[in-house]
Amino acid sequence: MSIKLYYFIFILCISLAHTSYANVIYVGKGQRITTIKKALSVSYAGDTIIVKKGLYKEGNIIIDKAVCLLGEDRPVLDGELKYEVLSVKSDHVTISGFFIQNSGRGAMDDTGGIKVYDSRNVTIAGNELLNNYFGIYMQYTTHCIVKNNIIKASQKEENQSGNGIHCWKSDSLQIIGNKIEGHRDGIYFEFVTASVIWRNVAKYNLRYGLHFMFSHSNAYITNYFKSNGAGVAVMFTKKVVMMNNTFEENWGDAAYGVLFKELSDCYLSGNRFIRNTTGVFFDGSNRIIAERNLFQANGWGMRMQANCMDNTIRNNNFMGNTFDVATNGTLTLNHFSENFWDKYEGYDLNKDKIGDVPYHPLSLYAVIVEKNPPAMLLYRSFMIGLLDKSEKILPSLTPENFVDNKPRMGPYSL
Amino acid sequence: MTRILKYVAIDILKNKVVIAYAVMLALFSWSAFSLEDNAAKGVLTVLNIILLTVPLMSVLFATIYVYNSNEFIELLVSHPVKRSKIWKALFTGLALSMVAAYIVGAGIPLLIFADWDVALIMIAAGSLLSVIFVAVAFLSSIITRDKAKGIGISIMLWLYFALLFDGLVLFIFFQFSDYPVEKLVVMLSALSPVDLCRILILLRLDVSAMMGYTGAVFKNFFGTNTGLVLSFSLLLLWVLVPFYVSMRKFKKKDL
Repeated sequence: MSIKLYYFIFILCISLAHTSYANVIYVGKGQRITTIKKALSVSYAGDTIIVKKGLYKEGNIIIDKAVCLLGEDRPVLDGELKYEVLSVKSDHVTISGFFIQNSGRGAMDDTGGIKVYDSRNVTIAGNELLNNYFGIYMQYTTHCIVKNNIIKASQKEENQSGNGIHCWKSDSLQIIGNKIEGHRDGIYFEFVTASVIWRNVAKYNLRYGLHFMFSHSNAYITNYFKSNGAGVAVMFTKKVVMMNNTFEENWGDAAYGVLFKELSDCYLSGNRFIRNTTGVFFDGSNRIIAERNLFQANGWGMRMQANCMDNTIRNNNFMGNTFDVATNGTLTLNHFSENFWDKYEGYDLNKDKIGDVPYHPLSLYAVIVEKNPPAMLLYRSFMIGLLDKSEKILPSLTPENFVDNKPRMGPYSL
Repeated sequence: MTRILKYVAIDILKNKVVIAYAVMLALFSWSAFSLEDNAAKGVLTVLNIILLTVPLMSVLFATIYVYNSNEFIELLVSHPVKRSKIWKALFTGLALSMVAAYIVGAGIPLLIFADWDVALIMIAAGSLLSVIFVAVAFLSSIITRDKAKGIGISIMLWLYFALLFDGLVLFIFFQFSDYPVEKLVVMLSALSPVDLCRILILLRLDVSAMMGYTGAVFKNFFGTNTGLVLSFSLLLLWVLVPFYVSMRKFKKKDL
């Protein structure tokens, strides 16, 4: 046998020996160990700590070994509004099945219910977090999973509240199936790359449901955002994929279904924007493809500022919006094609389901309001209706090239 | 006065136009609510009816009615009845019948389909608009003895309030777009009862969020309870001023 094989067997034996020594430590009333801190101090990497039902007020619990911390029957970890409840400072940690409440408040150190520092392969799954400052805070983490947690807070003011799931300078995260309510931002991403946000529900958060900055090459898929203070904001980011998300009922003066600021090379498909003040707001955004999305019953379906370039808006449904689209300039460098506009009044002689007359989705009134926001006071005035009609027949003020040359006759089934 | 009111009311009922008007309003509103897929859109359609049809109908019908009642008025004046009482009774009869037609026609579907607070404010606004434009009709029919001229003035006034005024407001927005004219325009729109009603109703609907800063100014001004009282008293002023001017003229008029 070669030296290499000996070496391999030796390693195998060592690792087997290691796993066979992995212990299960029980914590709880009537057990030999009654505090989690004690259990952590006697444990070794690879151990499992099972915490029985009960209320644990142990201040700040620091997990600095690769252990699996499991709660049985939802033990409650209480931070007494003073401490960060769980601090993870090791790779390969799993935290599951806990009820974590009342973390300390503090803008200086951003205390969280669960905070992960500089670690890899941490899994946080199936916990409930109530009334914490930050819910789950990930900083400098890689390959971590945050899954099926329920995160709630009930602060009234933005400055008294942290974010539900806060991710900073991380890579390859999976944020899956969490429910976040009442925090400042539901999910917050800054300098996070190659991550996925999937099947989360973020509603009634004070500021944004999802807040994204400088986070490239991420995907968020099948999430549900409802009634957040300002909707969802995706800013200063490249290569984001957004699919099958629902953005609903973000009503308010500065609320958007989604706000895109300085965004480029992104792909939007199958999203639903329903009953928002503004469905999507594009500002300084380039090379975005938006297809097969639904814009329904919004104030503005889509507002595309004139500083946007080379965006492609195709095969979408625009239905029942007060204004389908609006823009603030005359220069149009974006492409609209094959969308369904419910306000389209053209005809289709050759029955190919594409209208024979190009459609100008920009109404005169939308242009007026964009230049002169107070003119919104004349909304639903008969005069405005007349002006709009005559502009549709003879466009003079609306940009000529803001046009869908192939408007669909009927809506897509999305 | 009540006896004159009774005669007027019976006469209007016999006329059947007001009944037809109520039926038409009902047809419009019911179809608006049943055709649109959501109630909010139906409300907006009914809003258009309120803002255009109700003033037009009120002002035209009332003007023509006053001219046609000339002989009746002359007959009454020969009796020992105060002139002001005759004029008041005529006004009350017409206003009540227009309001009744509106409430029966548009009010009932509104109460059934729309939210209560929206429905109530729309009913109040529509009723007030009916009364306001009856008052305007009284004014224009007393200004001139010539029937064609009187009806012409009525139609002009309707055109002004329903169409031109908004055009003027828009013009001011554009001319003074570099200045902070929001507050001024909010004041200005209080000068037209149609606009005031429209904005009062819009503030109750979801679209108020789209109005941005001006909407906020307006909401602070008219959206509060004192503002609501203020705006309704403004609307009442729109009833009282034209009517009292017309009554003063009627008292001195050589019939």
